[in-house]
Amino acid sequence: MGKRTIVPFGPQHPALPEPIHLDLELDGEKVVRAVPSLGFIHRGLEKLVEKNDYNAMNYIMERVCGICSFGHSWGYSGAVEGLMGIEVPERAQYLRTIYLELSRMHSHLLWLGLLADGMGFESLFMNCWRIREQILDIFEATTGGRVILSFTKVGGQHRDISDETLKKIADKVTTLRPELKRICDVFIDDESVKNRMCGVGKVSTDEAVELGAVGPTARGSGVNNDVRCTGVGKYEELGFAPILEKDGDCYSRCKVRVKEVFQSIDIICAAVAKIQAGPVSVPVKGPAPEGEYVMRIEQPRGDAFYYVVGNGTKYLDRARVRTPTDANIPMIVKVLQGCDLNDVSMIVLTIDPCVSCTER
Amino acid sequence: MTYLTKSPWILHYDGSSCNGCDIEVLASLTPVYDIERFGIINTGDPKQADILLITGSVNAQSISVVKQLYDQMPGPKVVIAVGICACTGGVFRHCYNVLGGVDKAIPVDVYVPGCAARPEAIIDGVVKGLAILAEKEKAEKEGKGKAATAAPPAAEAKP
Repeated sequence: MGKRTIVPFGPQHPALPEPIHLDLELDGEKVVRAVPSLGFIHRGLEKLVEKNDYNAMNYIMERVCGICSFGHSWGYSGAVEGLMGIEVPERAQYLRTIYLELSRMHSHLLWLGLLADGMGFESLFMNCWRIREQILDIFEATTGGRVILSFTKVGGQHRDISDETLKKIADKVTTLRPELKRICDVFIDDESVKNRMCGVGKVSTDEAVELGAVGPTARGSGVNNDVRCTGVGKYEELGFAPILEKDGDCYSRCKVRVKEVFQSIDIICAAVAKIQAGPVSVPVKGPAPEGEYVMRIEQPRGDAFYYVVGNGTKYLDRARVRTPTDANIPMIVKVLQGCDLNDVSMIVLTIDPCVSCTER
Repeated sequence: MTYLTKSPWILHYDGSSCNGCDIEVLASLTPVYDIERFGIINTGDPKQADILLITGSVNAQSISVVKQLYDQMPGPKVVIAVGICACTGGVFRHCYNVLGGVDKAIPVDVYVPGCAARPEAIIDGVVKGLAILAEKEKAEKEGKGKAATAAPPAAEAKP
């Protein structure tokens, strides 16, 4: 046996849109151990809660991450609403459900594109991002922002979306279906894509539970930990059932996300059909009471956890986020042991890492 | 500018952004905005890059990486700060780990504001950067003709 070599992976690496650093200890071409080091994009935004009141903090919480920004503002606002005992109007909850699913579609398409780019399938990458732009157009037309929406506030939504517009959104995502089918078939059926992913980075159901994996990463191993089943938003009324795959390799994680894109279209259409007229926000006044509250929502990458502590003033004592990638890092480190050097980027990509969320 | 004299390659690095500007940088490379039609390619290799596109402010840990990437790039080179965080620190300027805009680490040529910066703004910034790149190239050529000794970069102006 030869000497072990340490290959640095990141922080600046063509396969990574964001900086994360891994020290890969290699024996020949096999990875023996992977040691992650984080902190390249740590900002420390949770501490800003001391300088911003609970309404202004929503603005900062939206910027935990630019990809799942809508979900972060919902999660944080939901936690503050829970702390203050505010009942959010029905219509606002439906709107939040619709917009979270739109975010999921754009995030999954973004990820599918990056995955295609990661295996050198350039045209597929471009096609995924072309379709994604149409969802960003919906965001821009209805909220004014392409990535940071500023749509949710504590107590409801900033503005109402008319029924007509909602109908148009449902029609638009329905017309995307054939286009999506065309590119998604490539991810599911294409031989060269399968060669890169089938059997790579296997995680068993027990391992996924033990290592605390969340989101599509865990569902690819058959673990149902979808927060949408727990009564958040309006998913139960819309007949939501999680998508599970058994194999636990990169291919099944990819399949979960591909199917979730289509599922999101169904949820959006069902929600638009069911939404009733009504107010979209309730007035929020006064300080946040003493106490603490936990809110969980299912972000595109998995279970995100929001924790707030109130102290009887307008300023919260603590606002904490535990993001899905944070929970998935122990799993990558485990799976990278014993894989080929060439599969490292594929395995890291299939947990859909969002380093900005993780480091905040 | 009516035509491009160069097909510049871009190196993109995330200083400590929220990802919003990063995905907009990538979006400007994809079909709808398609910056590649001008021959502008996103490369992962600093040695091949002409333009350094930085999103997000710099923090205690990324400042050395940003400096290192800048030093690895061959001259003439242009630095573009994308997004309000890269320009000034933005909403995160009061965070304990944020040092401020990218100009705290390296000299910046073009500032593209916005949260998140729109692809149109990013493309505009790159086009402005191209004019600066052409100027720098010209100055470098003239400088070589006049004096054989290479002028040191004007980065460290502090006494």
